[in-house]
This record gives sequence, structure tokens and C-alpha cells, in this order.
Amino acid sequence: MSSEHNSSFSTDEKPVGVIGAGSFGTVIANMIAQNRNVLLYARNADVVKHINEKKENRGYAIHPNVQALNDLATLADKCDVIFPIVPSSHFRAMMQQLAPYLHPYHMLIHGTKGFDITLPAGETVESVEKLDRSRVKTMSEVIQEESVAVRIGCLAGPNLSKELAMRQPAATVVASHFQEVIQTGKKLLKSDRFQVYENNDIVGVEIAGVLKNIIAIASGALSGLGFGDNAKGLLISRGAVEMVYLGRALGGDLKAFLGVAGIGDLVTTCNSPKSRNFTVGYRLAKGEKLNDIIADMKEVAEGINTVRIAKKCADTYKVRALITDRLYRVLFEGLNIEEALEFLMRFPLNMDIDFI
Amino acid sequence: MEILEEKKNKNKKYKPILEGIPNWPVYQLSKNRKEFIDEVTRQSIERIRELRPSNKQLLDDLQATAYREQNRIKRNRWRVDPKDDSAFWSKIKNELVELSTRNPDELTEAVNQLLEKIVYRYASEIAGNFKPSSYRFAREAVKFWFARLLNGARVKKFGAFFRNRYTLRDKIHIVGKVKLLRKLARKGTVVMVPTHFSNLDSILVGWIIHEMGLPAFIYGAGLNLFNIKIMAYFMNSLGAYKVDRRKKNLPYLETLKMYSNLAIQKGAHSLFFPGGTRSRSGMIEKQLKLGLLSTAVEAQRTCYNSEGEQRKIFVVPVTLNYHFVLEAPELIEDYLSTKGQDRYFPENDKYGSFQLIRFMIKFFGNRSNISVSIGPALDVLGNYVDEEGNSLDAHNRIINTKDYFISSGELTIDRQREDEYTRMLSQRIVAEYHKINRVFASHLVSFIAFEMWQKKYHQLDLFNLLRLPEEELEIDYQEFRATFKRVRKQIYLLKEQGKINFASHVKGKVDLVINSGIDNVGVFHLNRPLLKNKKGNIVTKDLSLLYYYHNRLAGYGLEQFI
Repeated sequence: MSSEHNSSFSTDEKPVGVIGAGSFGTVIANMIAQNRNVLLYARNADVVKHINEKKENRGYAIHPNVQALNDLATLADKCDVIFPIVPSSHFRAMMQQLAPYLHPYHMLIHGTKGFDITLPAGETVESVEKLDRSRVKTMSEVIQEESVAVRIGCLAGPNLSKELAMRQPAATVVASHFQEVIQTGKKLLKSDRFQVYENNDIVGVEIAGVLKNIIAIASGALSGLGFGDNAKGLLISRGAVEMVYLGRALGGDLKAFLGVAGIGDLVTTCNSPKSRNFTVGYRLAKGEKLNDIIADMKEVAEGINTVRIAKKCADTYKVRALITDRLYRVLFEGLNIEEALEFLMRFPLNMDIDFI
Repeated sequence: MEILEEKKNKNKKYKPILEGIPNWPVYQLSKNRKEFIDEVTRQSIERIRELRPSNKQLLDDLQATAYREQNRIKRNRWRVDPKDDSAFWSKIKNELVELSTRNPDELTEAVNQLLEKIVYRYASEIAGNFKPSSYRFAREAVKFWFARLLNGARVKKFGAFFRNRYTLRDKIHIVGKVKLLRKLARKGTVVMVPTHFSNLDSILVGWIIHEMGLPAFIYGAGLNLFNIKIMAYFMNSLGAYKVDRRKKNLPYLETLKMYSNLAIQKGAHSLFFPGGTRSRSGMIEKQLKLGLLSTAVEAQRTCYNSEGEQRKIFVVPVTLNYHFVLEAPELIEDYLSTKGQDRYFPENDKYGSFQLIRFMIKFFGNRSNISVSIGPALDVLGNYVDEEGNSLDAHNRIINTKDYFISSGELTIDRQREDEYTRMLSQRIVAEYHKINRVFASHLVSFIAFEMWQKKYHQLDLFNLLRLPEEELEIDYQEFRATFKRVRKQIYLLKEQGKINFASHVKGKVDLVINSGIDNVGVFHLNRPLLKNKKGNIVTKDLSLLYYYHNRLAGYGLEQFI
């Protein structure tokens, strides 16, 4: 059970698993490594070799307590606690591979901010007639559908990988129906620079974390157009209202949207050039084409797909989501950003807050 | 009409799985009744002290208990309540006052003694009193008289009274996973959780348990049933323990749960109605009470923790399907008057022994049948279980149920976790109810008629709709017939997807099925919920009642096909 890198605190405890060696996965692995030995799974054998030999990944130094591997069976066998951190589009496939090795004692805390969608054969998000909650799932729901694991949690909140890696002050939310999961997450992640909050509305927290990426893209676009803080303040507050409406339609609770995982994360991503989603909006506004931007990003900007899904859900549930709708047209229908903005500024709205 | 007869019941008589009453766990429990009550008392006290560690907190609860009990005695007294109720609680109250004068070192001891008095009283009150002799007698009496009624009423010939052409098995159909249940009852402990529509459910369920060849179950029955003498007799002899829903105080609830918990641990097959009380709206329960359900989860964990044999617990959802619910008019009235408010329903049973017998006679004379669907067995987390008692995941891989209680390699006690498991289990049970629910023609016609009126008056809310004068309501038969065909087709589709079940009589010729539905729905009520008028069109004499029977099919999304 002990690993090569024994240190005083972790010899007698099982290592913790992290699935996905993207930047967030790598940073989380490093953070946990301060408290425990970590097994980090990467799909690609070359990446595993690189991490173990060079002690480096995606520009981050790897903590000596982290060991990379390429084998889910071993990971599930050695670890009781696993953090799956892979893009939402691969999440279900990953769970299907992992499921045969999971047991009800496993604890899974994921860190993926995206939706999973299941469509009838031959349909796309655009062509399908309705996109309701039976087809749109959060990652915790995917885990539950695909495996016997029930002790499930999620990480959400303003967690920009680069800042976390520099050990700047930050906080996260661990959400779960199970106190046991929350406490384990806290114990593993907490450090003097990292605060961990608790929430038991896991689905609400997941939805808030996913939807905020839409507003982040819009915010990047505003910055790219050269607008200042008034505009951004307006976007963030109206964006928050839109998140609440959409979130409620999808089964989230208002409270989750007001917390660290909602407003906290929203403000962070909307102000940060370090955010992938923000960057997408920024470059769009500078006149680049979406395909070019995607082609040259190293990692997935979840927000792009989320806009497609959220737009369809808003239509299905008849929720007014103006920002999402305009953004969709900009991204996929070639609408000019200036025009979209003009539309939003002219739209006759007067009630500020009407959901509390 | 012959086509509409239910398919001949294949159910042969099942052989008992355990010979001889002395081997039954329920008998073992009642033989050692005193020891069992003592154990329940001891463990309940332990639990209560765990929940209320400081004397101050506990005293607050005991004071509240005494206050509420005295209130109950004043306001809501029942025939079954013990004669010394009032004396007991005033004594407790005096002792509570006296406690405040005690000095702190004696206090804990004194509080514990007081708690013991209360808990012991509750435990003795809850405990069932199963007697083999009266069980046998009650069983035979039920069989004999039911058979007489049935034959006398159905075969209209002199002397038919003493024939045995019809038995209860022709009247009450047991469908579903009976074989699996019988197998598992030998391997582990069964916790049966039926839907609850009528006070008769308790007796019906007692009979089907015997009919399936299972040993008597211990079961939780509302104390209000014991007000009716003839019911009380049957319930006692069938091994019922009493659940008093007027008592919501901490010592009572913990004692009740401990009783169920320990009985399950000792291997007594158990039954309780997880909806808590009869469904007021006529809908299948959507929200279950988690208290008694949690005892199944806790008992399972305790079994896994024990040194000896680690008995597995199997949860079996059951739905009871009727054309007719005796209390429907009162139930729906309750529901409508409290809709939107979660308040306590007073249990005023207007039915004494006489009404009950009269109902029986009517019931057996009529073609009205009852069916009982036995659902698939689940483990305490809601996973399906195979014949060997293994829990299976969605891909039929075997799950070790014990692993749900393991943390870092060891079995741990985590009440918050178990509360969550209970919630998950309750959702699984509700989902199974909907799948095994057996649609009758009467449910279908009620649903369609009510929905058609609702659609016609879509601008009215439910209460305004129900206030419409019944004379104004009439549906053209051809229109009704077309809608019926459409919705029935949808039910077939749902059945193919495993989301619902229906009785075979639903499949007959449209007009015949509609007629039989109308003939059967709420057949003994003073005002019939559904009738045909002289023109052959559909009319109602009581829209609220129709709403009640319509609700049986709520929650399947069938409204969109009206």
C-alpha cells in the first residue's frame, strides 16, 4: 500500500486517486500531495512517462508524492477516494471504463464543470426537438448512473489553476449529500492558503459552476471590445439573474447560486484573462473565428458546449435567457458581437431582481 | 362480459415455507415478549441519550412530551387508550417539577429513571401480542367466512352457501414476484412495504402473506385501527404492533424505531406502510416517511456488524389495487381541505364493525376484484436482488451490500450517511410502486373522464372545477371512446417500457372495457363517480370522488394524450 515517496503523514493511509492530468487535475493532485500520496491517472502513456520521469506536466512541477499511472484498475484498487477531473465530453466514457472496478465504499469527488448530454441516434443538440433534464445530466448524476458509487461529491468555486499552483489564497466548495464526503474532501484539500466551504446541494452547485462559464465568455467579449467596468458590472449582475432562472429550470436551488460556487466563481472567471472561457470571448471580440480559437487552445473551454446546451434547455423550458441566446448566435450563427450587444442594451427590461 | 373476466388465476396454493408456528421468528418474539420489551427499552434509552447528551436538553424534551401527552388526553382521546393514561402523565409531570430541586450529582440518575418509565410504557404499548392459537383461529375464520360469503353471494342457488366453488383466490389476485419473495424469505429477512389506500389494507395484507405460504409478519398498524373491535382482534392475532400517529415526541419515535429495528435484526419478517397514513388524494405515494424505513437500513448495518450470521434484508414494494376504496369520500375531502397545508389529519373513522361487515357482504357479492402486485426485491440501498439474494448493479454485476457501510476499510456507523441511504431507498420504492401499479379499467375511465373535463374547463383551477354543478358535466360517448383508445394505447407503450402494469381485463373490446370500468369505479358509494346517462353519454354524480379515483394514474404524463 505504501508508495515510493513515503513521508511521515501518509505511510499508513491509502493513496488518493486523481483521474485526468489536465491543468486542473494536475494542480489538484499537487495540492492533495501535501497531505497524502497521490496516484494521477493519464489516458496517454507518454504523458505518464513524462510526468514520472521529468516530474513536470503542462508547465507545473509535480509534487514528489504524486505518481502517474495509466491503469484505472490499479487506481481503483489502491484508492478509496478518487477525484475524476476530465472534460465533460469524455466523462461518461471514462466512468464506463472505471465502473467495473468501483465498489460502494469508493468516494468520488469530481471537478468537472460541464453537462453530459445523451441524444437519440443521429440527432444533434440543434436538431433535437426538446432538450430536457432527462437528457442533460450533471457529472454526479453520470457517476451514479454508470457505477455503484453513491458517496459522490463535487468541487466548485473560483479555482483558477495558475493561481492555485502559485499558492495564492483561494477557496473551493465541496458539495455532497454526505457529510462524510465533505469532511474527506476538506481534509485532503485544506491548507493554510486554501479554504474549503461545505454545501449539501450538490446538483445546485454543479449547475451554478457549469452555467457561469457562459457569462465568462460574454465577459471576455466585453473586454475584447474594450469596454470598462460599468459594462462588466452590468453583465455580471444580469448574468447572475439568468443563471438563477436557468438553474432553477434545471433543478438547482437559489442558495447555491449566491455562494462561492455561484457568484464567487462568476466574478472570478469574468475578470480573469487566465480563464479559458474568458479567453474564448476575448479573442472572438478581437475578430478571430471560433474554429481557429478552439484549434489552438490546449484544453477544452467547457463554456462553448455549455452555451449550446443551455440555449436549447432555455428553449425547452421556456426560460428567457437573453445573454445565452445572443451569445449562441455570435458563436454559431455568425452574429456580429456589436449587434448582439446592441440588442441586449435595447431590450426593454425594468425589474432588477424578481426571484427572491 | 365473459371476455372481461380476469384470466384464470394461475396461483396454486403455496406451501408454507416454514412448517410449524414455533419456528416463526414472530412467535419467538412474542414468546419472549417481556425480554424483548426490556431490550427495546434499554436500547432506546441508549439512543435517546446519544441524541440528547446533556440533562438540560433531555429535560426539555421530556417536558414537551408530558405537555403534549396531557394535551392529547384532553383533546383527542381514543377508545384504545389505557385507562390510567391521565394518571400516569400527571405523575410524570410532578416528577419533572420535582427534578429541578435535585442537586446536580443525583440529577443524571433521576432523569434516566424517569426516561425509563416513559420508554418502558411506550415499548409495552407498541409491542404486538402474537398468539399462535388465535392466529390459527383468525386465519381459519377469515377463510371460512369469506368462502361462505363468496359462494353464497355469487352462485345464486339454494345451498350454495356451503359450496366451495369460489375461494378467496378468485377474488384477490396475487401477481408479480411471489416465487422470488418466497425464496428470499428463507435466505434473509423480508421488509414488505405496501402502498396504503384503505383501512382494509392491513387485513388484506395479512391474508396474502399467509396465502403465499410465508410465516406471519410483524407489522406496524395505525393504533386508530384498534379502535374498531373486530379489526383489533384480527390485527392482534396477525402479529401487529401499534403505531400511534398522535405521538410525535422524541421518546416515542425513538422507541418505535428501535422496536422495528430490533425485530428486523432478530430476523422477524416485517411490514409497514411507508406512506405513514392512507393516501388522502388517491395518488400513489410520492413521499415516504423515512422513520420506519431507516430502521431497515440501520438493522442491515447492525447485522453486518454482528459476529454471527450476517442476515441480509430484502425490501419488497407491494401495490394494492382496488376498484373501490371504502373511505374514499372522507379521504378526498381531507385532502382537498388541507391541500397546500401540511397539517395533521384527524383520524375519525366513521366505520365500526357493522359497516365493515356490511361492506364485506357487498364486496363479495360483486364482481369487483382486488389485485396485489408483489414487486421485485431490493436491498436496503434499492438495488435489485437475484434469487440467491445477491444485489446486482445495472450491468448485473454483483454488489456486496456491506461495502456501503465501509469507510477506509472498516464498517463504520454514520447516521447522516444512513439518513441519505434511507432517502435513496425511499425514492427507489416510489419508482417501483409506479412500475408495478396495476391499472384497472375503472382507474382508466376515471382518469380520462376527469382529465377531459379539466381540459374543457382549463381556465378553472382545481377547486373551482370541483365546484361546478355535476348536472352540467357530460361527455359525448364517441369522444370519450376515442380518447380512451388513445390513452389505453399509451398505457400499452408504457408497459412495454416497464413503467406500468395493467390487469388483463383492460385489453378487451373498447366498449366492454369502458362499461366494466364505469360499472366498477367506486361501485358502493352513495353517489357514483361515473355513470352513463340515457343518451349513453358519460356523467358524474360526484366530481371530487372521480378526482380521487383519477389520481391513481397521476404522475405518468398521460395528461398530454387527452
